[in-house]
Amino acid sequence: MADGKDILILAEHSGGSLDSSVGELAAAAKGLAEQTGGQVVAALCGSGASGLAQEIAALGVAKVYEVDNALLADAGPEATVIALEAIVKAAAPAVVLTGKTVLTREASPRLAFRLGTGIAQDCVAVKMDGDALVADRPVYGGASVARVAVRSTPAVATLRANAFEADAPDASRQAEVVSVPVDIDASAVNANVTGREVAAAAGVRLEDARVVISGGRGLGGSEAFEPLRELAGLLAGAVGASRAVCDAGWLPYAHQVGLTGKTVSAEVYIAIAISGASQHLAGLSTVKNIVAVNRDAEANIFKEARYGVVGDWEKVTNGFLETVRKLVGS
Amino acid sequence: MPVNMLVTAKQVIDPETPAAALQINNQLKRMETPGNVPPVVNGFDENAVEAALRIKEAAGGTITVLSAGTGFVMDVIKKTLSMGSDELILVEDPAMAVADAFATARVLAAAIRKAGGFDLILCGRQASDYDQALVALGVAEILGIPSVSMAKRVEVQDGKVIVDRVMPDGQDTVELPLPALVTVTNELGQPRYPNLRGIMAASRKQPTTWSLGDLGLDASAMEPKVEIMEIFVPTKELVCEYIEGDDDEEKGRNLALKLREAKLI
Repeated sequence: MADGKDILILAEHSGGSLDSSVGELAAAAKGLAEQTGGQVVAALCGSGASGLAQEIAALGVAKVYEVDNALLADAGPEATVIALEAIVKAAAPAVVLTGKTVLTREASPRLAFRLGTGIAQDCVAVKMDGDALVADRPVYGGASVARVAVRSTPAVATLRANAFEADAPDASRQAEVVSVPVDIDASAVNANVTGREVAAAAGVRLEDARVVISGGRGLGGSEAFEPLRELAGLLAGAVGASRAVCDAGWLPYAHQVGLTGKTVSAEVYIAIAISGASQHLAGLSTVKNIVAVNRDAEANIFKEARYGVVGDWEKVTNGFLETVRKLVGS
Repeated sequence: MPVNMLVTAKQVIDPETPAAALQINNQLKRMETPGNVPPVVNGFDENAVEAALRIKEAAGGTITVLSAGTGFVMDVIKKTLSMGSDELILVEDPAMAVADAFATARVLAAAIRKAGGFDLILCGRQASDYDQALVALGVAEILGIPSVSMAKRVEVQDGKVIVDRVMPDGQDTVELPLPALVTVTNELGQPRYPNLRGIMAASRKQPTTWSLGDLGLDASAMEPKVEIMEIFVPTKELVCEYIEGDDDEEKGRNLALKLREAKLI
């Protein structure tokens, strides 16, 4: 494969809008392209999705490689990998960046294996070191970070959500659109999605909430979350939980924050009776203001917290709730 | 229809080990626990074993567990047998200590081909050490079979596997023709604890042990695509401001005032 200089990003989309990962990928790609002396280019795979090219261009993408095929309508990983393989051959990028989404948790590893190239998953920082892509990725549940080098071309990396800050779009930017011809045989698509259940969205989405009130194992049961729910209501926030809480069935898994749960982007994260295991903290990597309430002054969460209260969570929460009611009411 | 199942399992350091007790070994590019802490079977792989056991209970079949690594602790890796699996295959080789996801997937795929004839391969969603979520998909790609990730329910019916997979806002039901590979997440539910009968049965079973040579693999197959340069713990400059008060309720009230003053609420 030709050693190109361009950085290819996957422009994921659904329901006619770009995924929130795309702006973040474009920003990360810009940094890499400055090092390689190439351009940021994008892969747009879909059926009748050409209209998104201008929105992609606004993010600073110079060229959009498009595969338009009816089999890409539902953004299944099997058809997407075939389209991406063709785009990689056409674009010959130095690096391929994707988000970490339902699609890419299948498609990105498959693409790398199919191309016979290396991939770094869930990266929080990327840079070039000569021809190699050097990426930082949290390991051991977030207890440490591995700095890895992908020396094969193109290097593939998936980026952790919220780890890179998107630039403001500029609608005056233009991109060249290149249509990439590829035959996708219907027999290549084996997975058949036969049902979809969407949990009723109550209030603010956990991933988008500005304030998250989160509870841990120390709460002791599902009823104990009542004051947390009231606080979330008063502060226009969302209720989160540690994995132990969800494993115990006190709250649905949709509330789980952490490595295997959701990554939050909150301004303030109030952790009540959460010890602060690295697997939980992995979901808070971009939160600047962690507030810890814990009986155990030695709890790991205090090492990550901006504000801390050592005390009985129930009493502290009662006092906190009492004052928040007054502050919000006034 | 009985289902011939294979479950992959990895021996990892105990993820419950407090971060402060973990030590970085930058020779082997990994973290290590103090000597007295035994390794465990990767928790998500236990979820995969549990998924296989449920299918076996519903439809019948066999469960073979496959692990590739080095320095196996028999009491640890045989937990997969005492949970109720039928057979255990270990690919043990010193080269596995530094194998990346690509080499590991090649080794597992070669062992799966040698053992032969599986309808369904179940894997944990990721390993709790390097958290890559790569090897399972690599195995599926090398074997040329379809896959679905993050299953919270797995059933086999009429030559198909039916999976409820976790989505950010709910769940999808996905059907795949067999043979197929499914990765399993903890939302499937607690893996069962081995009972006495299972432990006795496991103690009588001997794992089949293969070397890389038995799989027809040489050093070139172990060539890494991704090199770990170093492992480090990021430094933090954060100092926690503790909120005081005469009693815990007052601390809570003062916290609310402090957060308001900082314009955070």
